[in-house]
Amino acid sequence: MLHKQPLSFYSEPLAGVDREELLGKLIVIEGPDSVGRSTQVARLRAWLEHEGHAVLDTGLARGALAGKGISQAKEGNLLGPVTMTLFYATDFADRLENEIVPALRAGFVVLTDRYIYSLMARAIARGEDRAWIERVASFALVPHAIYYLRAEVRDLVTRVVLGRGSFDHWESGMDMRFGSDMHDSFVRYQTRVIRALDRMSKRYNFVVIDATKTPDQIFRDLQRSIAKLF
Amino acid sequence: MPLLVPNRHRGKLIVVEGIDGSGKSTQLSLLSQWLRSQRIAVAFSEWNSSPLVRETTRRGKKKNMFTPVTFSLIHATDFADRLERYITPLLKAGAVVCADRYAYTAFARDVVRGVSRKWVRNLYKFAVRPNLAFYFRVPLEVAIGRILGGRNAIKYYEAGMDLELSHNVEESFRIFQGRILDEYEAMIQEVGFHVIDATGSIEEQQRHMRSIVTDELGLSLRNGILRASQGDIDAAQAAAVVL
Repeated sequence: MLHKQPLSFYSEPLAGVDREELLGKLIVIEGPDSVGRSTQVARLRAWLEHEGHAVLDTGLARGALAGKGISQAKEGNLLGPVTMTLFYATDFADRLENEIVPALRAGFVVLTDRYIYSLMARAIARGEDRAWIERVASFALVPHAIYYLRAEVRDLVTRVVLGRGSFDHWESGMDMRFGSDMHDSFVRYQTRVIRALDRMSKRYNFVVIDATKTPDQIFRDLQRSIAKLF
Repeated sequence: MPLLVPNRHRGKLIVVEGIDGSGKSTQLSLLSQWLRSQRIAVAFSEWNSSPLVRETTRRGKKKNMFTPVTFSLIHATDFADRLERYITPLLKAGAVVCADRYAYTAFARDVVRGVSRKWVRNLYKFAVRPNLAFYFRVPLEVAIGRILGGRNAIKYYEAGMDLELSHNVEESFRIFQGRILDEYEAMIQEVGFHVIDATGSIEEQQRHMRSIVTDELGLSLRNGILRASQGDIDAAQAAAVVL
């Protein structure tokens, strides 16, 4: 389901932000690791710019404030689950206030590779309290559209094997040791992430896209839907 | 909404709160020495002490990158790290953990910075509820006199300069600390502070603290808590020298 202007906050309005000033579009691409989000974001960006829209693309842990700290902390494998959730929330807030809101004010299309939903799904997958993290993230803007690229965990496994060829420590949830090795932990952890995203789907009005289709088909689906926002 | 998670561990958590210059750190240090002298295994924990998040906090402060929300979140991140890696394991081990500032600092300070009371209270819901929380009540002017007398320059964020309350650092500090004081006063009942009159003499305050500790934790301090023998203390001191 899509909605048009004006943008609003979930429940905790950010100080100093006048919703009426936010002229741009906020579009979210969500989905678990390795589902093909970044490919679609890159193609959408090129297409939108070709159509004459100015585009900002952004994604988790890319902010000026906390992005570096998060990657350093992840290298040392030292983050506890709540600490990690809050570090990502810090980064998200920084990008929202310092990148996304200014871009929306300037009339940009903001294309974000993941948003609060992945952040919440990861927290929930790690056993943290759903209501707690939802309230923490309640300062987020409600996007114009949220596309959830959905796949089963077996599809993700295939993509990891064919793509990078190895499992990643964090994508496998190895910090929580969901299984005795990376594969088992990946399967259990990503199953939990997918389940958490599925549960959010209705509540947050996700547009669910079958990510097992070809990248071209997915791109056309996204294009068709995004075109209606303008 | 239940505030904080009850402490189900063997150890005990004692925290002190109050505005800068209330003398809480001095009192906590005296209290921990007293507990140690009874061979109780005591561990100390300061606010903003996690190396993991320190660099991000420093970057944000240096470049004035913080907003009320990111300021609140980075401190909560730091707190979570401190809790997950330090406080919780120590409580499980049966130690008495003494914390100089706790989540309540954020309840006061972050609200003054502009986040809502409800939001910041939810943010810290994962925290272990202290067994004892002391609040050092002091009039603003007394605290400011102690600070200005004893220290060099007041730092930008400490003075709440980011709130643009005043161009004058000292004036900004005064207004900022005054508002924090109001927030502390308003949460006394809600969070169950034991109020210590911080205008009294150091000895009086310490006597008051000790009597509250004895009344509230007396029995549990005799049983269940991790204790140290003279051999443990000597060994720990020797190890600390080597490090």
